[in-house]
Amino acid sequence: MATVDLNEVKKVYPGGVEAVKGVSIAIPDKALCVLVGPSGCGKSTLLRMIAGLETISAGTVAFDGKVVNTIGPTERDIAMVFQNYALYPHMKVYDNMAYGLRNRGTPRDEIDRRVRSTAEMLELSGLLDRRPRELSGGQRQRVAMGRAVVRDPKVFLFDEPLSNLDAKLRGQMRVEIKNLQRSLGVTSVYVTHDQLEAMTLADVLVVMNGGLVEQSGAALDIYERPASTFVASFIGAPPMNLLPLVGGQAGPALGDGTTVGLAPAGAATIGFRPEDADIEFGTDLPSDALVLPASVEAVEPVGAESFLHCQAGGGRIVVRVAGRTRVSVGDRLRVVCVAAKLHWFDQAGRRVG
Amino acid sequence: MIGQSPLRIFIAHAMLLLGIVVVAFPIYYTFVASTQTLQTILKPPLPMLPGDQFWNNYGEALFGGVGRMGGVSVGRLLLNTTIMALGIAVGKIFISILSAYAIVFFRFPMRMVFFWLIFITLMLPVEVRILPTYKVMVELGLIDTYAGLIIPLIASATATLLFRQFFMTIPGELLEAARVDGAGPWRFFFDILLPLSRTNIAALFVILFIYGWTQYLWPLLVTNSNDMNTIVIALRKMVSFADADTQWHLVMVTAMLAIVPPILVVVVMQRWFVRGLVESEK
Amino acid sequence: MFPNKILPYLLVAPQLAITLAFFYWPAGQALYQSMLRQDPFGLKSKFVWFANFRKVLADPAYLNSLKVTVVFSLSTAIVAMGVALLLAVMAEKVVRGRGLYRTLLIWPYAVAPAIAGMLWLFLFNPSIGSLAYLLRSLGIAWDPLLNGTQAMILLVSAAAWKQISYNFLFFVAGLQAVPKTLIEAAAIDGAGETKRFWTIVFPLLAPTTFFLLVVNTVYALFDTFGIVHAVTGGGPGKSTETLVYKVYNDGFVNLILGDSAAQSVILMVIVIALTAIQFRYVERRVHYG
Repeated sequence: MATVDLNEVKKVYPGGVEAVKGVSIAIPDKALCVLVGPSGCGKSTLLRMIAGLETISAGTVAFDGKVVNTIGPTERDIAMVFQNYALYPHMKVYDNMAYGLRNRGTPRDEIDRRVRSTAEMLELSGLLDRRPRELSGGQRQRVAMGRAVVRDPKVFLFDEPLSNLDAKLRGQMRVEIKNLQRSLGVTSVYVTHDQLEAMTLADVLVVMNGGLVEQSGAALDIYERPASTFVASFIGAPPMNLLPLVGGQAGPALGDGTTVGLAPAGAATIGFRPEDADIEFGTDLPSDALVLPASVEAVEPVGAESFLHCQAGGGRIVVRVAGRTRVSVGDRLRVVCVAAKLHWFDQAGRRVG
Repeated sequence: MIGQSPLRIFIAHAMLLLGIVVVAFPIYYTFVASTQTLQTILKPPLPMLPGDQFWNNYGEALFGGVGRMGGVSVGRLLLNTTIMALGIAVGKIFISILSAYAIVFFRFPMRMVFFWLIFITLMLPVEVRILPTYKVMVELGLIDTYAGLIIPLIASATATLLFRQFFMTIPGELLEAARVDGAGPWRFFFDILLPLSRTNIAALFVILFIYGWTQYLWPLLVTNSNDMNTIVIALRKMVSFADADTQWHLVMVTAMLAIVPPILVVVVMQRWFVRGLVESEK
Repeated sequence: MFPNKILPYLLVAPQLAITLAFFYWPAGQALYQSMLRQDPFGLKSKFVWFANFRKVLADPAYLNSLKVTVVFSLSTAIVAMGVALLLAVMAEKVVRGRGLYRTLLIWPYAVAPAIAGMLWLFLFNPSIGSLAYLLRSLGIAWDPLLNGTQAMILLVSAAAWKQISYNFLFFVAGLQAVPKTLIEAAAIDGAGETKRFWTIVFPLLAPTTFFLLVVNTVYALFDTFGIVHAVTGGGPGKSTETLVYKVYNDGFVNLILGDSAAQSVILMVIVIALTAIQFRYVERRVHYG
């Protein structure tokens, strides 16, 4: 039960490297906040500052309105799930889960009760006497989760907890984490570099880049209205198609000379998502749409859908079409995207309009 | 694996057996000599099989009363040597693990200075600072004491380096997990680090025990009184090849008693010893 | 990292205290004294800069001791490593009994060098040694107590004998690290067993060999003091007086402090050089994987 508030949090390492350059995020009680961004964007550092494992250079971290900057990780009452699980290799699963409770002086029978009920919940009951090296990757992951859950902390912190699992298991655990977090109702901060994981888990999604927050909000809002070219290309797979505009005599134009009459003032880049574009063989075109002559360079059929990689507008774009397609490499066609689905960005990469 | 011809394998076995004969012969010969009468020893060649004096000689050396080795019993010598070897092994492990712990798991001013100060002692063996070190010992009143035999030898760059290397392989996440779980520096040390270091400690213990047991120059310097001698030094004092009075059969018994304990340690703890040796030196 | 401010200092304190009291202070004293000369009555001493070093390095006895040390160290290293390599290669070939062979070959590691020396002297002592008896019955005039060369042979044998186990373990580890596929590839390329060893295995063992060369040299320089002291006492004449033995003898027995200190400092330089070589090489090894 806690709200977590970050206010202008900064991290400057000795030597002057600024890893986090002033981040403010408000996480409501019981919410799952996902920090997503490429490696080196400062998301892990931020998480570790929330945990109390890194000192905070400037700004404040507050739990329930109480600033915890100077309090150690133990007293913050947080629990953390690590990327490599960080299970104590010489302890049995039971002791791994009990260790934190013992250090806090919880009575023995209370520890036993909590460890066993948590193990039950996570289907670990049969593994309590094993050591970490006797477990599979997925089981270790569960133990790491169990170690956090058993503590019943104010805040859960997850540091890329699924990145060491194979794709299938990752999808499964993602759902489990979401359900667990929801049923326990514990405020959580989750760090990942996987945008799909971020999208599916987040109540509050925070996209970070270069030590700063690029955009935060509900996942689908961010998907639909990315605030910058960075966010546009980071969230969504395959990423948004982005084509630079150049100022020509007849108004803004693309690299191949196609003029773009729809461009708002100040726009320097046009963007559209692969699924928002369509291919058009005929002549019947909507009036307010972007129409690009394109040549197909590659076709990726994945069953339910197909991706067409095309040369168009002076760059490469990807178009998603449903089901199978008759298009083959070398075909020339037109790519169409209605105006409502176009995104515009200025010179600095910020959203226009 | 490429097949080996039976002849080559036979040659290999033969060479190894020859090697074992060379390696084991001096020890075997000593054992044989330790079971013979003095008269037999003085008339070479010695028989190649043990004699019938085993109980006599060992009994006399161990319980034959004082007077033979400058008034000191073999038991006392073994006790001195054991105390020294154990003291050095335990002491070195203790202070090295603490220093390595500080250097790897804490960030503090002068950290690297301390590291180098410890590291450079590798280049300062006793042999290059004999006299001044002896003077320090005299001034501190450590001559003829167990402390004097042990303490100056327990600084250990090698052991510190080994522990440091091992600690650096422990993932930072493990430390962080422990901190989140409410473990402070001491708890982390005793609950996590020490149990994980068990194998390293065992390996190091064997090597350092041997190191302590086989010391020569140091006990030679810091012990004047016979009852503080180690068995190695006492043995040296017993032997006089020019002197016809040397009680060779008892010398051989003493030699066996000086050799067997460290050999037992090495053979019994072979697995750790080999691993520790090959890993620590590389 | 733990945020504690005082604790780390307490943790390094014991090691540091011992290091300063028994390593740095005496080493500093040795340096200082190497530049002092005492008057004949030991009452006053004068600062003479490098005069002691000049004196020591011009002293034929010191140069002799240097020569003795080089001969002794190199012979010991070569014999100990050669025998160990041979045994390790043989041990690699056999499958049955490998563990037993290893157990039986590692004993001497546990034997104190001084005792090793005494055992060998006991074997080769001209009056009671059985092997000396054997040599004499073969018509060899054997008396290491009078013949300098024979004394040296005895010392080298004892010193090398004790070091075989150590080298053996490292060579076995080194041989096991040679990829079997490389040897198979060479066999397919038509290289016979001897050729395979010298063209593939031995070059790949070079790092181990070099490492052992340094370690054995250091061993022969320092750890063998006990052997020399217990077996020959530097004699006969000065034919087995190594540098370390001379430092001890001049300082402790003859009490020539300035000279002894200067010799200590020279030894220090040698150790520093050897350690530097060893660690530079260890670093290179990391780069080459």
